[in-house]
Amino acid sequence: MQIKPILAAMRHHKAGALLVGFQIALTLAIICNALFIIQARIARVERPSGVDESRVFVIENNWADKSSYQTIGAQIGADLIALRQLGSVEDASSTNSFPLHGAGWDNYVKMRPDQIHMTTDSSVYLSDDHTLNALGVTLIAGRNFTANEVQAAQLEEGKSWPVIIISKDLAKLLFPGGDAVGKTIYVTNTNTPSTVIGVTDTLQSHMMDGDSGSFAYNAILVPVRQLSSYVYYVVRARPGQLAAAMRDAPKALFAQSRMRIIDPKDGVMSFAQVRAKAYERDYGMAILMGIVSAVLLAITAAGIVGLTSFWVGQRRRQIGIRRALGATRTDILSYFLTENMMIGVCGVVVGTLLAIGINLWMVTRFAMAHLSITYVLTAAIILLLLGQGAVLAPALRASRVPPVEATRPV
Amino acid sequence: MFAYYLQLGLRSLRRNPMLTTLMVMAIGFGVAASMITYSVFRAVSDDPIPNKSSQLFVPQVDGWGPQQNDNGEIPGALNYVDAMALMRAHKASRQTLIYPVMLSALGRDADSVPTSASGYAVTGDFFPMFEVPFLYGSGWNADEDDHRAADVVLTQEFNQRMFGGANSVGKEIQFGGNTYRIVGITKHWNPAPRFYAVWGEDGFSEAPDFYVLLNRMLDLHIDSSGRNSCRGNLTFTGWDQWLQSNCIWLMPWVELDTSSEVAQYRQFLTSYATDQQHAGRFGWPANVRLLDVMAFLTQQNVVPPESRISLIVALCFFVICLVNTIGLLLAKFMRRAGEIGVRRALGATRREIYTQYLLEAASVGIAGGLLGLLLTAVGMSAVTLLFDAEIAQLAHMDLSLIALTLLLAILATVAAAFYPAWRAAQVQPAWQLKSN
Repeated sequence: MQIKPILAAMRHHKAGALLVGFQIALTLAIICNALFIIQARIARVERPSGVDESRVFVIENNWADKSSYQTIGAQIGADLIALRQLGSVEDASSTNSFPLHGAGWDNYVKMRPDQIHMTTDSSVYLSDDHTLNALGVTLIAGRNFTANEVQAAQLEEGKSWPVIIISKDLAKLLFPGGDAVGKTIYVTNTNTPSTVIGVTDTLQSHMMDGDSGSFAYNAILVPVRQLSSYVYYVVRARPGQLAAAMRDAPKALFAQSRMRIIDPKDGVMSFAQVRAKAYERDYGMAILMGIVSAVLLAITAAGIVGLTSFWVGQRRRQIGIRRALGATRTDILSYFLTENMMIGVCGVVVGTLLAIGINLWMVTRFAMAHLSITYVLTAAIILLLLGQGAVLAPALRASRVPPVEATRPV
Repeated sequence: MFAYYLQLGLRSLRRNPMLTTLMVMAIGFGVAASMITYSVFRAVSDDPIPNKSSQLFVPQVDGWGPQQNDNGEIPGALNYVDAMALMRAHKASRQTLIYPVMLSALGRDADSVPTSASGYAVTGDFFPMFEVPFLYGSGWNADEDDHRAADVVLTQEFNQRMFGGANSVGKEIQFGGNTYRIVGITKHWNPAPRFYAVWGEDGFSEAPDFYVLLNRMLDLHIDSSGRNSCRGNLTFTGWDQWLQSNCIWLMPWVELDTSSEVAQYRQFLTSYATDQQHAGRFGWPANVRLLDVMAFLTQQNVVPPESRISLIVALCFFVICLVNTIGLLLAKFMRRAGEIGVRRALGATRREIYTQYLLEAASVGIAGGLLGLLLTAVGMSAVTLLFDAEIAQLAHMDLSLIALTLLLAILATVAAAFYPAWRAAQVQPAWQLKSN
């Protein structure tokens, strides 16, 4: 391949070559960071919640009469019996929050009572003996709560929780040696220990913030019926009956008592809706990055086509001379392809440095992960191929310049 | 001459439709992406109360201490004990305490289903401090705060829902099973971000339904429907003990009109915290802060990271579009080297060539700006795809945005044309004439 003449020719249009190279570099820098963001967001969205999502839905129930917390406990009990009696419902349970909800409680987890800094942080789900079945989560060790372990409590009453069930990931974190069942940890407001009686399979926390990532699978189930102004009912429909159950459940609740508020718009949400809402921003970001990448690639390609066409137009005479001196069409074609490849490689090298620079800045500024080299390589290959593709049409036109062009004045 | 050059520019745009379309599209897309993301960014980072933001302050007192606070950061809200102490001291011309409450409201009809209503428990100073506009009636005064009156102010939106928009001042309304007297109806007022309650909220939600007397809510043991954050070993077993705990949930605000008042208040905060240390309540030296509205919003990270990232990405995108435009303009101008040679030979100065080509670029900029405007308008309606609905609806087209779009497109294109136009002006007439 004749590198030397290409370099010599490039010296005559430094500005154009520089611009194309620079554009490739910038595009590469943006594209690989964009791809990286898309991938990170998709990975986040695709995390399993542990919930049997196709059959579970959630009802947000606010009490209209908040004057007496004593009656609320009895009302929740009656509601749950009514829900469980529905033909379309497999099981139902009351809670304060659920995976992907965003809002809820998180408590510090300690191994010793006198510990000042937490060992970790975890979601606390107020549960009963039906919660595991209502969420569709299985126990992998130990036992479930029994009905008489469930106590009723208000938020301000800092009661102790003698028995708890923890998620698999929390168990692994607290007891790396193995069996967590039977061990004690400190999770309550009071300084009394809680004994782990069971370990669930994967169960996600309610926390959705970016900075709670390391706590994402820490969950603690405590056998408490919450007496407060609101309650969430987690309901699992029988197979294939989700729509029917979502229709029947609010009716059954209102038949129990009218003194409640279930928002007609989003008071009853299937878990698919919960998931969509939880990851709204992630989807948005991925879509934005996707659009930006696509338009950027199109614009870069268009720019290369435009500039190469201009060079071809400028050099028709020279091409004619080369053809007259014996160069084949393939020689001309490969000349332009090689030229583009050289510019492209330079651009890609600069772009890689730029991409890493941008990523390092984003890591400090937005707490993002470090860019992996696969993204840089993928983006580099995409851009080199794009360059070759964009240059193809003008290069083919160049290769069709007849040798007779050499004899004509420009 | 100016008009003539512009005309020449427009004619040359038509002569080379492919290149022109490419340039106009690049500028249009670049400008639109920047403007859409900028409009969202502008909406979330704006001063929500421009004429008073430098007089309103959040006093912050560290009630958690260096072992339990977040890496030395003072917590964003106050616990009950400190909040009440600051209120009692009354060292500011106006002061209020705020916490969000959620109550069920009962409609007028006997058989109506109760609806959920969200509002804020506030003190009487809230309304004049934040210049809340009223449609009917007014807020309440400090006297009624002290008498723990069952007063409530409804918002225009909620009054519409419950009373069909009529003047309902003096009427009664049921909240959570208790009766309240309506003393005022506010006009639509929902600053974005909702700076006064941004701790524990995202700051861009729908307008609240009501404002209710804080002391009354405390008497009824109605807890915060928002964030409540506690540290350490908590031993409370009921409402009163909970109030005495280190749990933070109350948002304090003070109005300080002069810089000497600000300095005095800062001093007061420090001496208060020092007193607490001496009294043995705080086991650490005074750690206090007094932040104005904008500083508080910055501390609370109100601007969503998505908004910042997308603005940066859009600006990078625009830069690439401009680099692209430089290349295309270069190609376009240099293609006409012969024509330039003739003009130069006939007496046109370099400056004239330079001006002509800059103006030609400006016409590309105008076309790009118009396309950008169109794309921005289209993109605005699709912006809900990228951001939360509450934030997306804040983004809107206004005159300043339209002007900015066009200006940015034209200036950027002209800036991009500096180099290509300079190259065009450097064309040697003799060379061009010879080769022809």
